[in-house]
Amino acid sequence: MTAAVDTVRDTPFVVGGRTFHSRLMVGTGKYRDNETMARALEAAGAEIVTVAVRRVDLDRSKETGILHHLDPNRYFLLANTAGCFTADDAVRYARLAREAGFNEFVKLEVIGDQETLLPDVQGLLEAARTLVKDGFKVLAYTNEDLVTALRLEDAGCAAVMPLASPIGSGLGLLNPYGVRTIKRRLTVPVVVDAGVGTASDACVTMEQGVDGILMNTALAAARDPVAMAHAMRLAVEAGRTAYLAGRMPRREVAVPSSPLEGMLD
Amino acid sequence: MNESIDVMVNGETRTVARGATLLELLRALELDPRAVVVEHNRTIVRRPRLGDVTVAAGDAIELVHFVGGG
Repeated sequence: MTAAVDTVRDTPFVVGGRTFHSRLMVGTGKYRDNETMARALEAAGAEIVTVAVRRVDLDRSKETGILHHLDPNRYFLLANTAGCFTADDAVRYARLAREAGFNEFVKLEVIGDQETLLPDVQGLLEAARTLVKDGFKVLAYTNEDLVTALRLEDAGCAAVMPLASPIGSGLGLLNPYGVRTIKRRLTVPVVVDAGVGTASDACVTMEQGVDGILMNTALAAARDPVAMAHAMRLAVEAGRTAYLAGRMPRREVAVPSSPLEGMLD
Repeated sequence: MNESIDVMVNGETRTVARGATLLELLRALELDPRAVVVEHNRTIVRRPRLGDVTVAAGDAIELVHFVGGG
């Protein structure tokens, strides 16, 4: 922590009854190799990292299991339901993930469209209700629609995760107003998930007052993922601190910073 | 009666001994039971029970684990 952060009193990031210090969550997919992934997670200062549930490769032609490269005692593993297009599939994947035995948290995705990977909010709500009833702590990946976010909170989700822009697009925060409004109206944590492309995107996103950001491709697809992870860490801290500091009002006209008095004749 | 039966494991046909348990199936595939989660005909079988559940011809078994993802 920098001295600047110490001057602004922040609250810890609490989700589903667990307390974290890092507001930057990181995915583990698509890195060029596992060593780069491990170094990027470290540079990001991440505590929560996401993983996906997939079939074991029976022929062992490739070792795909991530736990050989990720210490579950060091990182909080957040399983996702990526790739699921129905509520039933998402519930099935979530239950399989929980059986792995790490925790009862799930990043719930129910995708509604192949091209944009935008969420199917109806399926999402259905799956969220089922999983909450089943004892899961659900972090729901959704769009930036306020009403859906409110319904997800009503359904008992531990966190709501509106997108900045489509998954893997790197288009940055397309709807700051939508995300800001969700944050203002919800009681549960709001974590922006997907679409952040570079450090300035992360900073602007955190300046909306959200509780955290989850990103994957922005790191994995950077030319230097480890350096980008470091940049993202700084950007998330900068954006968070700027939000807490409270920005100056925007004005349409200039206001001089230097005194008008004492000018020479 | 055949000595072996065909089951579907992760979408592939695999031949196992008649009366084999899920634990024996994992051993035959050289998989560590602690490193996979087993779904048998759409029902999750917890690790302590893997040695109790026998497979039947045509059963669908899914063996999953965590991979990198966002």
